[in-house]
Amino acid sequence: MTILLQVEGLTKKFGGLTALSDVTFDLPEGQIMGLIGPNGAGKTTLFNVVNGVYPATKGKVIFKGKDVTNVKTYEMAQLGLARTHQIVKPLNELSVLDNVIVGACFGRQGFGLGKATPIAEEVLEFVDLADRSDQLASSLNIAQKKRLEMARALAAQPHLILMDEVLAGLNQSEITEMVETVRKIRDQGITIIMIEHVMEAVMKVSDHMIVLNFGAQIAEGTPEVIQSNPAVIEAYLGDPKLAQKLMQKAME
Amino acid sequence: MKNWQKYLGLIISLLAVTLLAVWPLITSKPVDREVAFTILKGIALASSLNIILGYTGYVSFGHIVYFGLGGYIGFYLISQQGWSIYPSMLAGGLIAGLFAFLLGKAILRLRGAYFALATIGVNMAVLSFISNFDLLGGPIGMTLNFNIYKEYGGAAQALQLIFYLMVAITLITIIVSYLVRTSKFGLGLLAIREDEDAAEVMGVVAPNLKTWAYVLSAIFPGVIGVLFFFKNGSIEPHPAFPLHTSIELIVMVMLGGQGTVFGPILGAAAYQRMRGLLLTTPIFKNIQLSVAGVLLLIIVLFIPAGVVGWIRNRFPITRRVLQ
Repeated sequence: MTILLQVEGLTKKFGGLTALSDVTFDLPEGQIMGLIGPNGAGKTTLFNVVNGVYPATKGKVIFKGKDVTNVKTYEMAQLGLARTHQIVKPLNELSVLDNVIVGACFGRQGFGLGKATPIAEEVLEFVDLADRSDQLASSLNIAQKKRLEMARALAAQPHLILMDEVLAGLNQSEITEMVETVRKIRDQGITIIMIEHVMEAVMKVSDHMIVLNFGAQIAEGTPEVIQSNPAVIEAYLGDPKLAQKLMQKAME
Repeated sequence: MKNWQKYLGLIISLLAVTLLAVWPLITSKPVDREVAFTILKGIALASSLNIILGYTGYVSFGHIVYFGLGGYIGFYLISQQGWSIYPSMLAGGLIAGLFAFLLGKAILRLRGAYFALATIGVNMAVLSFISNFDLLGGPIGMTLNFNIYKEYGGAAQALQLIFYLMVAITLITIIVSYLVRTSKFGLGLLAIREDEDAAEVMGVVAPNLKTWAYVLSAIFPGVIGVLFFFKNGSIEPHPAFPLHTSIELIVMVMLGGQGTVFGPILGAAAYQRMRGLLLTTPIFKNIQLSVAGVLLLIIVLFIPAGVVGWIRNRFPITRRVLQ
């Protein structure tokens, strides 16, 4: 099993605020890694540092054996790292097809326009947007825009996709469909890290999970291990033994 | 799609310009030729501006600086160094492009209104510099010795030649604009216009693409500047860097439809005709610039995509023809 992405002691500070502190993990090729944590835990910041939107304060990111800490976002894209955004960023005044062609043209493979078009059409078929390809991206609804984000990332034929809350805002049947799509992408040999709040879905689909809270990595392991980890439960629900502790204090 | 149909958008644009160029040759009135020259100049300048404004989404407010700069360089070479018009046009264009390259590296980091303000500042700075630079004539500028036109067979022939050169430059500008619009480079520019951050995440090397778009959009104004002041016979700082012409160019691009090949052609032709009519109407002749301002306001409020953009959105079938 080869390691695709290594993150070593990654720290990001915004002035006095530590958004990420000492995050370390290895991601083997071909896996789906779930990244969870309460709001403001630093999940999207982790994506932003890994893909070069923000420079790291400390630590290292190694992608395919190459040190890519603080490399520009477009260079990361060309190395084979694609990403979808939590707040969708469609190229509004371009057609759906052109949006995907941009992904194919400028991503890892750097296709020419002629080659990119059939690839983009194929990807649109895959995410079930083929019948919308001539529409402007701005005319899609939110679920379709999320699929468009996915299509743009896929069209680059990347090694790794960072998915930022692709399930948020979708209804139950859309979630089922999307989870199926995510699995199919993994089966094509693309490695995935997904940030997700829909626990049921992310637990079902992940091979491995990492939990962040206040920028620190509080747990790591398979979904089963995570589910029963007291630190994780505390991060989401508060201290499970709090009531007991308070009772004890009152008794004394 | 058949081969020629693919180029229909380009063919229509070139045809429109050719018709405009042929019209004064048919009527053979010098007045018509002057009107056509002014319109062609507008079309070529607006089409170049469209590469950075319409395709890339960067509002270059002081774009006329490249017209003046190229004009000054060319005029200096012709009047002081005795160069012929052809190499001078080339030199004017290249130096405008080089200046845009260096400047672009610095100011293209700015976005939105900050970029627009910086371009106005650049225009003002270059104007002040030239006004105080004695080699280029300082505040009084430079004039041509009329004997210089003898080289081209006299003043009348020179005017005719200048007109043909203007037609050629306009056609080249439109071909370049079309090639950019339909290339991978152009798609990258459109992606930057829509969302620069998202484009970079997809691998668009925005800093380079923006710079090249800016350089391309500066070269043609530089060439046109040389031609225009050669025709004019004299050059002075203020007429070389008129900020209001910059604004008029933006109106042309917005009116026709920013980000389309045909839009700036239509916009420039319509605006120049309207301006001509206003200037000859007693009530409007002193306030023709206010009319431009009101026009810009109306466009931004009601048809932000411009005429061509509006038609394309309204009637999708026309997208193949109107590019």
